[in-house]
Amino acid sequence: MHPIVRTVLQRLGLGLLTLFVVSVIIFSSLQFLPGDFATSVLGQAATPETVAAFRKELGLNEPAITRYVQWIGGVLQGDFGSSFSGRSQGREREVMELIGPRLWNTLFLAGMTAIIAVPLALTLGITAALYRNSFYDRAVNATTLTTISFPEFFVAYILILVLATLWKVFPSLANVRESTELADRIYMTALPALTLTLVIVAHMMRMTRAAIINLLASPYIEMARLKGVSKSSVIIKHALPNAWAPIVNVIAFNLAYLVVGVVVVEVVFVYPGVGQLMVDAVTTRDIPVVQACALIFAATYILLNLFADIVSIVTNPRLLHPR
Amino acid sequence: MKSKSGDRTAGDLLLDMRDIRIEGFSDDVWHPIIKGVDLKLHRGEVMGLIGESGAGKSTLGKAAMGYAQPGCRITDGTIMFDGMDLRAKNDAELRELHGSRIAYVAQSAAASFNPAHRLIDQCVEATVGHGLRPDDEAKADARELFAALQLPDPDNIGDRYPHQVSGGQLQRAMTAMAMSSRPDLIIFDEPTTALDVTTQVEVLAAMRDIVEQFHTAAIYITHDLAVVAQMADVIKVLRYGETVEDAPARKMLAKPEEAYTRSLWAVRSLEKPQETSEDIILRVNGVDASYGSTIKVLEDVTIDIPRGSTVAVVGESGSGKSTTARVITGLLPPMKGDVLFNDEPLPLALKDRTKDQLRRIQMIYQMADTAMNPKHTVRDIIGRPLEFYLGLSGKKLDERISELLKMIELDDSFMERLPSELSGGQKQRICIARALAADPELIICDEVTSALDQIVQEGILKLLLRLQKEFNITYLFITHDIATVKAISDQIVVMFQGRVVEQGMKNDILSPPHPDYTQLLLSSVPEMDPDWLTQLLESRTEAGGMAASGN
Repeated sequence: MHPIVRTVLQRLGLGLLTLFVVSVIIFSSLQFLPGDFATSVLGQAATPETVAAFRKELGLNEPAITRYVQWIGGVLQGDFGSSFSGRSQGREREVMELIGPRLWNTLFLAGMTAIIAVPLALTLGITAALYRNSFYDRAVNATTLTTISFPEFFVAYILILVLATLWKVFPSLANVRESTELADRIYMTALPALTLTLVIVAHMMRMTRAAIINLLASPYIEMARLKGVSKSSVIIKHALPNAWAPIVNVIAFNLAYLVVGVVVVEVVFVYPGVGQLMVDAVTTRDIPVVQACALIFAATYILLNLFADIVSIVTNPRLLHPR
Repeated sequence: MKSKSGDRTAGDLLLDMRDIRIEGFSDDVWHPIIKGVDLKLHRGEVMGLIGESGAGKSTLGKAAMGYAQPGCRITDGTIMFDGMDLRAKNDAELRELHGSRIAYVAQSAAASFNPAHRLIDQCVEATVGHGLRPDDEAKADARELFAALQLPDPDNIGDRYPHQVSGGQLQRAMTAMAMSSRPDLIIFDEPTTALDVTTQVEVLAAMRDIVEQFHTAAIYITHDLAVVAQMADVIKVLRYGETVEDAPARKMLAKPEEAYTRSLWAVRSLEKPQETSEDIILRVNGVDASYGSTIKVLEDVTIDIPRGSTVAVVGESGSGKSTTARVITGLLPPMKGDVLFNDEPLPLALKDRTKDQLRRIQMIYQMADTAMNPKHTVRDIIGRPLEFYLGLSGKKLDERISELLKMIELDDSFMERLPSELSGGQKQRICIARALAADPELIICDEVTSALDQIVQEGILKLLLRLQKEFNITYLFITHDIATVKAISDQIVVMFQGRVVEQGMKNDILSPPHPDYTQLLLSSVPEMDPDWLTQLLESRTEAGGMAASGN
């Protein structure tokens, strides 16, 4: 077996193991959440008997281990259980039914942001390294640092003020529905995507710049210069291929953030993403939904980091072409 | 300029550098590095540029390309290359010349090849990029150059990545890279310094032949006189950024005029009469060792070290010299065999040894820089073993530190200095003092002089010999430099591929008959005679096949 395949399989196995550990942590930490769904739904006035009966119906009276095994067993078959909320009104809903459309929205927003932010960050980083210490370099650094320093909601409101109120370029609300057409969807999601771009570009751009500049002192870069290779070729052909590992790690980190950490932006733009759903579920103690969201978030992190690992391995000729 | 054309018939003037001044930026000031040097080179001529590190050889070599490395600037002088004033050219115009008419061969080929690209792509990059030849033609030519440079499997070796070939092969591939565009001038910047002697011979021969074949002019930078003797028609000696001496190679070697030039020979003249003793202080007994895998790095290694003498362990890199040291110190417990110290077996692992056992065996490392904590003062560095092993403190500690500084020929003013405030030789002296502080019986010296200039080397070696006489210390001296071995050892152990090939008194080992490997190793050490390489290659061809090994 090619050593790369072996390494990838190894990482995949480790990823699964991590996911298992995370699932245990999620499940057990939710046990410590103060209050439970039964009391919060039935209210303060409910008699202990009613609460006990309701808990029994939800299966909350079983021992924790049994509940964990039931839950994880379901998850392995793609069944995240049914949501607690809506139950009392007799409108029981599957967790996946709740999360599915929201997750799709979140991924759509993340994808759109990534399509803008990643190429932008790479271009800015490479050009900043190329014209190091020039006015351009300083300007790019200062601007990206400024945008990352402001809180997300602030950036969001500034964009709304400028692009939705002063000039009516984009709508200020991004309350897309399942029936929204793709073109409309892109149009409506523009402002949240721009906000997130401004928030994540600095990190990726600075890492790209630093990784490349770090390599510029290598003997092989001087050798390339002494071979008469042009400045841009030195960076793109000689430095960049050796700089992927750190850059990709930062990209993966930021993409994961786009999936799991954008609840503020969702709230500002009234965007129906997973973040908002999870926050709602926590307030109503809707444990199955919280668990499912947390697990999906963990899986996102693990998958993206796995991807970053694989890219670092594949771009390292020492690993790709063993002796 | 006293420079005249050398042995070969030299053509027109190709490079004419006059009154070159170069400054380097450090500590917020510009310091002069090159202080007004002239250099003339004719077509087809090879100039050897020698001097110790810091003399400005590399800086001057790169200036011949019109290039100043980052942090340096050429402030004055003219650089005329084939009638063109390089200093008047802008970056883009210089790039046109680099890699087409002037090429560069760097010191460490391993670091100077881009790890991300195949060898052949890098070899033809400049030629194709400058539009001198189409890609396929340049690659076909590169394969021929690989063959001419005697690289194995020349048709396919170019498809490999740099980490897939050996250091000697990389250095030859880099020569092919420089030659690809058929330049008028090649700058060789210490191209064999990082290689083993046995490999160096082949690389030198390959470089010399190809430069001759294409009648290329070259500047060959090195600190090794014997190497330059094989390569150069004329020699220029640099010191502190100024020319010391210029002369045709043969004349310079036969009759150096300046005292400094003569002093470069000094180490080679240092010699110690061999002594021995029946009293064995340390015996490495049938040791096998490996780093975690099944491949043995050491196999059945047995070495006897007599008290008060110097045992030199020689061999090329990968022969197991340093691993032997690690076994003795307990850093790497052997798989088999044991280590007897004063006839008592030492616990194999470091953690099982007593403080006293640790104290008696000390070590000095190759890179004094990395062997000292940069945040500790000299007092801390030398004081630490005194506190740890001997429990000294207060006034006694200070007195002892001062005494140790005196032993290594430094004074109390060094006490509060940090390693960064010391020269290379002073750093190594502090490391010696640190080893002495523990009052050891055996000191393992791992390539302690190989990072130092010849003159500084001589000082360190003399110091070690003096200390040995005064305190009856035993040295295990690991080195790949035969000149050093001749200078200081009593006994020699020759290692090859993890085995001891030969062991005995210095004079017996150094005089024939030798086992094959010892013969190869000894005969590969460059000598001052300019005809040495030619004669060696002839004798090896006659002997048949020997020259092909060693890689």
